Amino acid sequence: MIDIKYPIALGVTAALLVMPPAVTAGTKRAAVKAPTTKAKPAPAAAAVEKDAATLDFEKHRAEMEDASPAELFEAKGEDLWKSKRGLKNVSLAESCDLGSGIGVVGGAYVGMPRYFADADAVMDAERRIVWCMVEKQGFNFAEIAKKPFASGNSAPDQTSIVTYVAAQSRNMKIAVPLNDPRVRDVFETGKEVAAYRAGPYDFSCNTCHGSDGKRIRMQNLPNLSKPEGAIIGVQGWPGYRMTGGLMLTHQWRMNDCFRQQRFPEPKYASDVVTALLTYMIGTANGQLYKGPGIKR
Amino acid sequence: MNKKTIFLAALSTALVATTLPVQADAIHRSKANALFKTDFQPRGQASLDRLDEDGVQAICNRTGNSPPENIAKRLEADQLARVKYPADGKLMGNWKEGEALAQSGRGFTWTDNPGLPVGGNCYNCHQIGPKEISFGTVGPSLFHFGRLRGHGADMQKYAYSKIYNAKGHNLCSEMPRFGHVGALNEEQIKHLVALLLDPESPVNK
Ligand code: HEC
Ligand code: HEC
Repeated sequence: MIDIKYPIALGVTAALLVMPPAVTAGTKRAAVKAPTTKAKPAPAAAAVEKDAATLDFEKHRAEMEDASPAELFEAKGEDLWKSKRGLKNVSLAESCDLGSGIGVVGGAYVGMPRYFADADAVMDAERRIVWCMVEKQGFNFAEIAKKPFASGNSAPDQTSIVTYVAAQSRNMKIAVPLNDPRVRDVFETGKEVAAYRAGPYDFSCNTCHGSDGKRIRMQNLPNLSKPEGAIIGVQGWPGYRMTGGLMLTHQWRMNDCFRQQRFPEPKYASDVVTALLTYMIGTANGQLYKGPGIKR
Repeated sequence: MNKKTIFLAALSTALVATTLPVQADAIHRSKANALFKTDFQPRGQASLDRLDEDGVQAICNRTGNSPPENIAKRLEADQLARVKYPADGKLMGNWKEGEALAQSGRGFTWTDNPGLPVGGNCYNCHQIGPKEISFGTVGPSLFHFGRLRGHGADMQKYAYSKIYNAKGHNLCSEMPRFGHVGALNEEQIKHLVALLLDPESPVNK
């Protein structure tokens, strides 16, 4: 676990809102970053007034993305990726294959979920990283699964590692290998998971994310069945969430959606989450991934 | 066999006898169903039995939410027949309390305290009163509902039964079955009927 003691992580909203863009102009990230384009407001929301938080967020999105606290986790994750750790005292850089060879991180994030022969399973990025931590470094899965996501003021190691790995796919196109029949199979299963209605409210993912231009209150609901919608569900994850001030992963997002759906909790790094992520990220194939970000 | 399995068995017989619209592939659906059995853990009030389909969910899941007409009609009638109306026949409560219920989105998640009352969630999906601009669009606008549709006995009965069990009118509706599942009680549903229909309610001004 990392203790987040940096003041930026705690008082981030205030800190970022007063930070002039110039402060960030020389960061390493500015060099690789495409010019920031302001997100267009979705047509559905244009008709009504936006709440204060949305306006605030949109107004300051550009500055905040330049000074994204996600970078903190990126740096921490790079350290963790390269350090010898665990019972076996090896680094992930010298032992973990994310799909293009041991230690290769460039472009790996946008190529997952994919099939891994050594595990004989399709895995999403976070699950693969945890698999490497357990199998290669000797960490205990049950321990990791006890508190898998950031909470309070600490974030688990794999959150930082995922953020680092995701950052190495910044401005690359999503390329889930759907022509691999094993991946395709999981994709189709994920599509059915998204359609499954149950629970006290009869909800499925598709209740809220199955058609265009819908909102819950003021929050736009991406239509996950289309590439343009699915990329919205992928973009910015892992993301630094202003509400609560936590760095959270795509796995976390799936977990929280099942909560909203009034379902019980999906087990950490389980097939059901991989299936949903394969469906969603696979549907976004060909779209540009902009890297870890900041969410409202 | 309990009631539910008999009901499901009757349904599947009915389904076999009908040609289903071309449907999502059964192989992956059963793979997904298997994951719902293995990959979840109970948390807070969200117990694993929430993942079991009841008859309506099972039919909607198997037909991509468009069951054959004859089956839909039968099951809608069955759902509607189970709506419990207030004994005194009064269906309109207090619109002010209805507004508060419509605003509250609380309830049933694993982070909700099961001891606290559940909200109506109505604004999550519907435009209702003119003052609330933060409303969802999953359902149709209900602004001016009573003004446009009337507030007589039939409309009261329709609104009450729709909120009690939306599936009684539209089998695979995206709207929850608030009375049917015990999320809202008789008194609360009456307040919501008033919010929608009472000529004094701001919805109808
Ligand atoms: C009851 C409605 C509801 C259900 C059911 C639901 N969601 Fe969501 N979802 C929302 C809302 C509202 C938001 C935006 C809230 C937010 O950003 O916190 C959201 C946000 C998301 C996002 C993030 C979008 C972004 O901008 O990054 C993803 C991805 C997502 N949902 C996927 C799913 C999946 C997968 C399921 C099913 C397991 C699901 N949702 C079920 C209402 C729902
Ligand atoms: C998750 C979304 C959702 C929620 C929450 C929801 N509804 Fe609905 N509602 C819908 C949808 C979708 C429809 C249209 C389809 C249908 O009629 O079943 C609808 C239809 C209705 C109708 C019928 C409209 C007509 O023209 O006949 C009424 C009345 C209604 N809702 C009232 C309510 C009330 C009151 C609440 C809160 C207690 C509520 N709804 C909560 C989604 C929702």
